[in-house]
Amino acid sequence: MSGPTLEQIAKGDGLALCAAGSWTARFAPALEQIVAEAEKLTGSRPNIFIDVSQVSKLDTFGAWLIERLRRTLTHGGIEAQIAGLSANYASLVGEVRRVEPAGPPAASESAILGVLDRIGRAIYGVGDTFFALIGMMGAVLTAWLRVFVRPSTFRLTSTVHHLQQVCWNAVPIVVLITFLIGCIVAQQGIFHFRKFGADVFVVDMLGLLVLRELGVLLVAIMVAGRSGSAYTAELGSMKMREEIDALRTMGFDPIEVLILPRMIALVIGLPILTFLGGMAALYGGGLVAWLYGGVDPEAFLSRLRDAISINHFLVGMIKAPVMALVIGIVACVEGLAVQGSAESLGQHTTSSVVKGIFLVIVMDGVFAIFFASIGI
Amino acid sequence: MVPGNSNPIISVNGLTVAFGQRHVLDGLDLDVSRGEILGFVGASGAGKSVLMRTIIGLVPKVSGNIEVFGIDLDAADSSERRGVERRWGILFQHGALFSSLSVRQNIQFPIREYLKVSDRLLDEITIAKLAMVGLKPEVAERFPSELSGGMIKRVALARALALDPEIVFLDEPTSGLDPIGAGEFDELVRTLQRTLGLTVFMVTHDLDSLHTACDRIAVLGDGKIIAQGTMDDMLASQHPWLREYFHGKRARAVLV
Ligand SMILES: Nc1ncnc2c1ncn2[C@@H]1O[C@H](COP(=O)(O)OP(=O)(O)OP(=O)(O)O)[C@@H](O)[C@H]1O
Ligand SMILES: [Mg+2]
Repeated sequence: MSGPTLEQIAKGDGLALCAAGSWTARFAPALEQIVAEAEKLTGSRPNIFIDVSQVSKLDTFGAWLIERLRRTLTHGGIEAQIAGLSANYASLVGEVRRVEPAGPPAASESAILGVLDRIGRAIYGVGDTFFALIGMMGAVLTAWLRVFVRPSTFRLTSTVHHLQQVCWNAVPIVVLITFLIGCIVAQQGIFHFRKFGADVFVVDMLGLLVLRELGVLLVAIMVAGRSGSAYTAELGSMKMREEIDALRTMGFDPIEVLILPRMIALVIGLPILTFLGGMAALYGGGLVAWLYGGVDPEAFLSRLRDAISINHFLVGMIKAPVMALVIGIVACVEGLAVQGSAESLGQHTTSSVVKGIFLVIVMDGVFAIFFASIGI
Repeated sequence: MVPGNSNPIISVNGLTVAFGQRHVLDGLDLDVSRGEILGFVGASGAGKSVLMRTIIGLVPKVSGNIEVFGIDLDAADSSERRGVERRWGILFQHGALFSSLSVRQNIQFPIREYLKVSDRLLDEITIAKLAMVGLKPEVAERFPSELSGGMIKRVALARALALDPEIVFLDEPTSGLDPIGAGEFDELVRTLQRTLGLTVFMVTHDLDSLHTACDRIAVLGDGKIIAQGTMDDMLASQHPWLREYFHGKRARAVLV
């Protein structure tokens, strides 16, 4: 296959541009240069025409470049002509002749304005998020009340399925991580308390920290990363493929069918995981205290009994369902906000996890203030 | 063009494809000659899309041999494969546009990958391709989720044609197009075949397309090609399914 050429042949006061060779996509970079060169001839002669009879192969790239050359060469009211067009190629050139020249590119805005614009939208978006969360909370609550009134509409199978996904399948990783954290906290505690000869207080620290704060916080963060993101991705891809619209048109309420079972699974599952996580952390801590700190299990348990009251345990457990609610609501709002593209799905999944974790920590702070003020 | 041409551009021999225990294609033979428009029909679920996807290497085969441009893709190394992939264009049944890219970026994506040309030419070619499939330049800035079903088909076709390929595989290109659009589409395929010598492998249920655009028709049934030939051969066939297909109520309305 021979490359493309464009020869200039003077004919009287006119000029013939003789195209030859293969004017196809394969040679597009070369073609572009050839045509750019030839476009400089505009107006140099009163009569310029393009002869394509020698072209061996033509495709849309070639046809467009010839057409573009013709348009550029059209000058001073004299239209440049294309000569030697075979019947086959004429229809192709006819196709590209319909192309309107590209408009000027959109003016790009200044960088500072762009930044301000983004900050403005982000701040504005906080309000939107807040209202969306409240709205979803209300919708879930009314769906729950409806189910309460007519228990036959409750989707038990779906709820159990999600409970398995959220809770049962998460047990190994949650237990493992909290166990390790328990070990680390105990080791650090012993290491530093030993300087004051206060080794045994590590049990107080471990019990308080794990049961009140760390256990539930860790588990909630893990669940936000694990199940919150899954909820968002599931709902988001269902939204993308119009599955949610289909549900709605069949007379189902998506909140009732999709979201309520997920929320219930989360609200039941997170306290269970918190409990298991707390136990695993105490177990890990106890093990380290025994092997590394020399606090034997009997001493550990009796110390724990003195240091910890049932209130500490309850403080942790009460927080769990509330955090589950927050994680679930955020995940579902983000899932339903997904637009048509894969990128949007990714963005909303990310923001579901980020917002979920952020709100979990904020909630923890609010609880701390609350419990402090009622003196627990 | 007659089947059994000495120099087929696609040749499939004894192809068997199965999902689990279920054989979808079972010892299928098919030749497509250079420059023809092959219409491919068959009942829904017969395996037309599976055959197309197997030829382009997306579905693994159990046995058989497939050559495209005379190259066996199983034996080809990666640079040979890329060479082949640059020479074909594919329109998937559901469009398969990249949802996070705009229409313009979707069409330019394969061009950018294979050719070093200026942005100006890229934009012009994009608009030319859009015009060819009957879309206005404004559409270029939209995203796939903002398009109608028929527009998605057209953009997907524009993307399939982006590099001016030698073969295009079209899976139900005219479904979802209005009759005028479908007619223009048939005309476009014809034009491209005449001018570029394009070979078209077209899965379709559109009797109009089969009638006006296709040189040859192949029929898939029971995992094999049960008949192939021109429209007239199809009309003359005594095969019960073919009689039902080409002489049913809808067919009569089109073909009389
Ligand atoms: N990935 C897959 N796994 C299992 N089975 C599949 C898969 N893809 C396709 N099939 C099965 O193969 C068969 C053929 O499917 P195919 O999509 O090729 O049908 P088709 O002929 O294109 O139908 P239509 O005209 O409706 O598009 C169907 O029975 C389908 O269920
Ligand atoms: Mg199909």
